[in-house]
Amino acid sequence: MSAALQATKTTKSRKHHVLPGFGLSLGFTIFWLSAVVLIPLTTLFFKTCQLGWPNFVKIVTDPEAIAAYKLSFGASFTAALINLFFGFLVAWVLGRYDFPFRKFFDSIVDLPFALPTAVAGISLAALYSDKGWIGHFLAPHNIKISYTPTGVYIALIFIGLPYVVRTIQPVLEDLEGQVEEAAESLGASRMQTFLRVLLPTLLPAAIAGFSLAFARALGEYGSVIFISNNLPFKGEIVPQLIVNELSNYDYPAATGLAVVMLVTSFVLLLLVNTIQRYASRHQEAR
Amino acid sequence: MAGAPKLNLKQRHTGRSVTKPIWVRIILTLIAIIFLVGFLLLPLLEVFAQAFAGGVATYFATFKDPFVLSAIRLTLLAAAIAVPLNVVFGVAAAWSISKFNFPGKNILITLIDIPFAVSPVIAGLVFLLLFGHQGVLGPWLEAHNWKIVFAPAGIVIATLFVTFPFVARELIPLMQSQGTDEEQAALMLGANGWQMFRRITVPNIKWGLIYGVILCNSRAMGEFGAVYVVSGSIQGVTNTMPLEIETRMENFDFTTAYTLATALAMLALITLIVKTIVEYRSTRLLAEATE
Amino acid sequence: MSIEIQGVSKHIGKFTALDNVDLTVNEGELVALLGPSGSGKTTLLRIIAGLETADQGSIVIDGEQASKRARDRNVGFVFQHYALFRHMSVFENIAFGLRVRPWATRPKNAKIREIVLSLLKLVQLEGLEKRYPSQLSGGQRQRVALARALAIEPKVLLLDEPFGALDARVRQELRRWLRRLHDDLHMTSVFVTHDQEEALEVADRIVVMNHGKIEQIGTPQEVYDHPANPFVYNFLGRVNLFHGRVHNGTVSMGEIKVDSPAPSDQDNVPVVGYVRPHDITIAKSRNGKATIEAKIQHINPVGPIVRVELERLDDRQPIAAEITRDQYYSDSYTVGDLVYVTPTNVGVFLDYDPVI
Repeated sequence: MSAALQATKTTKSRKHHVLPGFGLSLGFTIFWLSAVVLIPLTTLFFKTCQLGWPNFVKIVTDPEAIAAYKLSFGASFTAALINLFFGFLVAWVLGRYDFPFRKFFDSIVDLPFALPTAVAGISLAALYSDKGWIGHFLAPHNIKISYTPTGVYIALIFIGLPYVVRTIQPVLEDLEGQVEEAAESLGASRMQTFLRVLLPTLLPAAIAGFSLAFARALGEYGSVIFISNNLPFKGEIVPQLIVNELSNYDYPAATGLAVVMLVTSFVLLLLVNTIQRYASRHQEAR
Repeated sequence: MAGAPKLNLKQRHTGRSVTKPIWVRIILTLIAIIFLVGFLLLPLLEVFAQAFAGGVATYFATFKDPFVLSAIRLTLLAAAIAVPLNVVFGVAAAWSISKFNFPGKNILITLIDIPFAVSPVIAGLVFLLLFGHQGVLGPWLEAHNWKIVFAPAGIVIATLFVTFPFVARELIPLMQSQGTDEEQAALMLGANGWQMFRRITVPNIKWGLIYGVILCNSRAMGEFGAVYVVSGSIQGVTNTMPLEIETRMENFDFTTAYTLATALAMLALITLIVKTIVEYRSTRLLAEATE
Repeated sequence: MSIEIQGVSKHIGKFTALDNVDLTVNEGELVALLGPSGSGKTTLLRIIAGLETADQGSIVIDGEQASKRARDRNVGFVFQHYALFRHMSVFENIAFGLRVRPWATRPKNAKIREIVLSLLKLVQLEGLEKRYPSQLSGGQRQRVALARALAIEPKVLLLDEPFGALDARVRQELRRWLRRLHDDLHMTSVFVTHDQEEALEVADRIVVMNHGKIEQIGTPQEVYDHPANPFVYNFLGRVNLFHGRVHNGTVSMGEIKVDSPAPSDQDNVPVVGYVRPHDITIAKSRNGKATIEAKIQHINPVGPIVRVELERLDDRQPIAAEITRDQYYSDSYTVGDLVYVTPTNVGVFLDYDPVI
């Protein structure tokens, strides 16, 4: 048996590739991936295991943590929902209509990707502060956004928008106008065409875009801390709480919270990948 | 997970068949434009206005502040180390993934994406847990008198982590779409591996690579959360530009904060311009190729 | 320079791409590998080139065991989609093979220019050296790819579906041109095609492949007129099937009897006669010959010939015949006519389901 095993092994390792560099490039990829990403990340789980279950539960169910979860998940979800609506609209307008400076508006959709989060944070805080261009209209009506929990929502909408637009846009552009024409030629009204033909096709991309915006918002730190009041139980998001625990040198607490966030992110990542794989298979079938 | 803007190389067919009344189009377009301007553009304009509120002289005087200069230096240093390393990694990963078939390829692609899914704060925390005083390697590093956490080295490592997937993510789909025919042709004509790579592969991926580098660089210079955690915010030592912004905001030195913010915003604008150019060039090449 | 392929097998997963293939391509010959998709023809070509490796067997080029690496084999290869370097001009594409030579054997720039320009002349693309591949038509790209492959003065030239991506007219022209070019250069060449007409028109010899095996090797005339088996009959052109039995050296298919040795030692077994449409003669009268009666279903004049679709009166099976325009006009056939069919040149094989 061992001889047979040996034989298969040698033929496998002798497998000849025409293009050079497979072993070198794959080897380096795996080495570097392990060194920079995988091994450091396992440290987190290793440290969590050292906490022990009761400790872990106590950390992650602390009232301050629960308040932070509520704000983080609530604001992220709301922001992603708002982005889903406006992102869809923006993708539709950019993909379907022609108007002056369309290319320019298309480019600035990526601004939140390119802008450092700290810059986004202080820009938004300045804009919505009492003296800011928008804030000074709101101040007389006693509406405050900067340095309140409301600011968190604004920041999360800002950073999440391109994820929705850029996920929906290619699918929308792929949809041949002919599909709509066909639907209309079969007697469907414009609303029926939109609801029964376009929406179902765009649904996987919309869900994926929403989840991406949601996941990104959950992890966001830089832009939020500048515009929120960061007060425990009020304007404190989970990443801020983690940082606070760290500045108190309470590493176990930070680790426990990080694991909760990380697992959530991975579940979302898995969800998005599954949806996208399903959707791309669906589209090849067309 | 699409953590970075991908190049959009689709040729669009505008408005065909969408026979909506003109007023519906106008209203929808206006809402979209108002949203984009109000939500994305206005904050940026505000920060420029604030930065120049004290006059041009004050603005430029900021760049003589030694702490500001130190922050700029550290930012450039971190990018100068992280970006080339990620380029090497990105090209190697894209080469192996796009030109060869092997089991576990999809898993590898997902693993490369992990840093996009990890909150920057957690990325920083991970390196604290690894290299910090209470960390796994902490005692060993201290015994050798090596400082990583709360030192420039930590900034570089955290930056490396958060920018890890950028170049690979741009190159993998591009190289997959190009296939292996041209490389095989080069080999058949007698080229060696290096000649094939330099003369055929590199010119073909040039624009994707440029875009990947610029994105990677933009994130490297702009990263806040991850470096904030490992830096300890020591002015003149471990403060990068974004961290210096935070320190100045804490100290109510708004002008300096806004000025630094505009400098980073310029970087973002350059990134977007390069993206537009690369997209334009690639779509044109694509259109020519499919003629 | 000859190519000898000895006992080459290749498995891709559980699929057998090539099954113990032996083939010798003689010096100066132009050989077509013909077969349906999945027959292993492209795999065989790529193994000769060194772009794929065989599990077993060996490739001998010019009396020498072919080297392991593709780049050392000195084989010219024209890819199906040309694989021109899109970022290089036509000139640089053709010059590539010379420029990447080791310094010691690399020609001087002036020499490279001379070679490239003479190759451009050879492929009739003079004056296009500054163009980029995207600015060329399909036929021009094909010729650049050929010139590029010839620039390295290869021992043998391999072409993968050289005309596959071109439209019908360009394909016709390029085929004749390639044949003429080969007559001038006399370079040992192998090309892959799934188009029987192409193989018949261009090649000196045709290798018919199916399921990783060689079904027949022969000149175009041999494989067309004397197919070795039902597969080759089916694959090279249209064919009529006549079911019958063989007995004492005579095949009976209805009224018709053909002298034919039994295709095996067995006697009194069911057989099938294969007859090409142009080997079917039809007549308005019986003329005392043994014939099959049939009715004309459809008449379709195509260029110099007229295709006649018939239905046998006895078993209602269709028969396809091709007659000359002259005969069509002199006998003035119309749909519904009763005609008498006589097959000539019958290929007889044991009756089993033909493998396509």
